[in-house]
Amino acid sequence: MSSDKIIQVTDADFDEKVLKNELPVLVDFWAAWCGPCRAIAPVIDQLAEEYEGKVTIAKMNVDENPATPGKLGIRAIPTLILFKNGGVVEQITGAVGKTVIDNALGKVS
Amino acid sequence: MIHDLVIIGGGPAGLAAAIYAGRADLEGFILEKMSPGGQVLITDIVENYPGFPDGITGFELVEKLSEHAKKFGFGVENGEVEAIEQAGENLNIILADERVITTRNVIIATGATHRRLGVKGEERLTGRGVSYCATCDGPFFRDQRVAVVGGGDSAVQEAVFLSRFASKVYLIHRRDELRAVKVLQERAFSNEKIEFIWDSVVEEIEGQDQVKSVRVRNVKTGEVTHLPLDGVFIFIGIEPATNFVRDLIETDEQGFIKTDEWMRTSLKGVYAAGDCRLKPLLQIVTAVAEGATAAFAVEQEMA
Ligand SMILES: Cc1cc2nc3c(=O)[nH]c(=O)nc-3n(C[C@H](O)[C@H](O)[C@H](O)COP(=O)(O)OP(=O)(O)OC[C@H]3O[C@@H](n4cnc5c(N)ncnc54)[C@H](O)[C@@H]3O)c2cc1C
Repeated sequence: MSSDKIIQVTDADFDEKVLKNELPVLVDFWAAWCGPCRAIAPVIDQLAEEYEGKVTIAKMNVDENPATPGKLGIRAIPTLILFKNGGVVEQITGAVGKTVIDNALGKVS
Repeated sequence: MIHDLVIIGGGPAGLAAAIYAGRADLEGFILEKMSPGGQVLITDIVENYPGFPDGITGFELVEKLSEHAKKFGFGVENGEVEAIEQAGENLNIILADERVITTRNVIIATGATHRRLGVKGEERLTGRGVSYCATCDGPFFRDQRVAVVGGGDSAVQEAVFLSRFASKVYLIHRRDELRAVKVLQERAFSNEKIEFIWDSVVEEIEGQDQVKSVRVRNVKTGEVTHLPLDGVFIFIGIEPATNFVRDLIETDEQGFIKTDEWMRTSLKGVYAAGDCRLKPLLQIVTAVAEGATAAFAVEQEMA
């Protein structure tokens, strides 16, 4: 199962948990019907363990929370967006290996 | 420790190799950079894998293959391979996180990834209307207009899949007939939402932050049109994921690995199976067959 260090965010608490977070936040936008989302899940789990205290790792289900992905113009999943101080630092589309995400997180931690 | 066998890639080829390796009591594991499944994870429904007359979803098939591989004790470890080097009689596998794994034998089963069109706007608008995975992104295009580029099995199958969501699906193909198998062609021709744009190539994908249109040129008449769209799905074939071994073993110009019928590559101890291998039919049924053969070859070699 997924790491308990991962936080779940919704349209209702996205502002508070992501944009206003003191730490940088990596949000994994996913859905149950998306194969590559499943493929990267173990990588996201690993990141949550490794970056604990440095970067918050979050997941948002785009089926249950259409407003935020809509606002951000997301039309592909998985999409990973790294936020810092309420702004977008980096956006990664599609399933990628761990190194690509590590490189992005390296910029903020 | 020096392992007997490390399989790189946990798609159908790697998982089938693991079943045979496990039953032959070979020691080792699969190295997979994501979770197992490979391209099957993005396939909606598989209709041509023997034993499933009603078809099976990609998800289900992956689950069954993974479970089956696990049963015989040949596990999966997370790791992204960056290089293979010769180390005397053995091979060193170098991972992205700098770990080094030493093994007597390697089966390369890294499969393939989608090819890009290579036109202006494609990279910039990827994830913003440009997609390579209909099962992932199709639902974002409910009641919108999309185009599929390509004319093979994947393109036609995905065009039919997208017609469930989209209000209109254009299929843009550079020839005047499809390469896809007959059943798929018939399904597409009888689908009212699908319109064919023959003899045409996409020259540019246009839009600021979202896809707005594509510039299409008819290769016979030279006529250029701008087709208003919300999404573009590209299925024009695949590229082998073999960059990390191109200097080590023999490949063709595109990077597909050359093997003999035992799946042996040009370097002793290195085998290849599945979509990364040079062969006529790139499918699950051939990938699993080659994975099995490669594991059998390793077993014979070690005996
Ligand atoms: C949309 C679509 C529909 C399809 N439909 C069908 C169908 O109906 N029937 C059919 O038979 N076939 C179908 N195919 C083709 C089929 O999926 C492939 O032939 C098959 O998956 C090939 O298996 P493979 O194990 O060789 O490679 P892949 O499935 O590509 O798996 C390779 C694995 O290796 C991993 N990997 C790659 N590089 C590294 C690395 N450096 N380090 C660690 N791990 C790595 C990848 O993450 C991946 O998990 C379809 C393909 C697509 C894209």
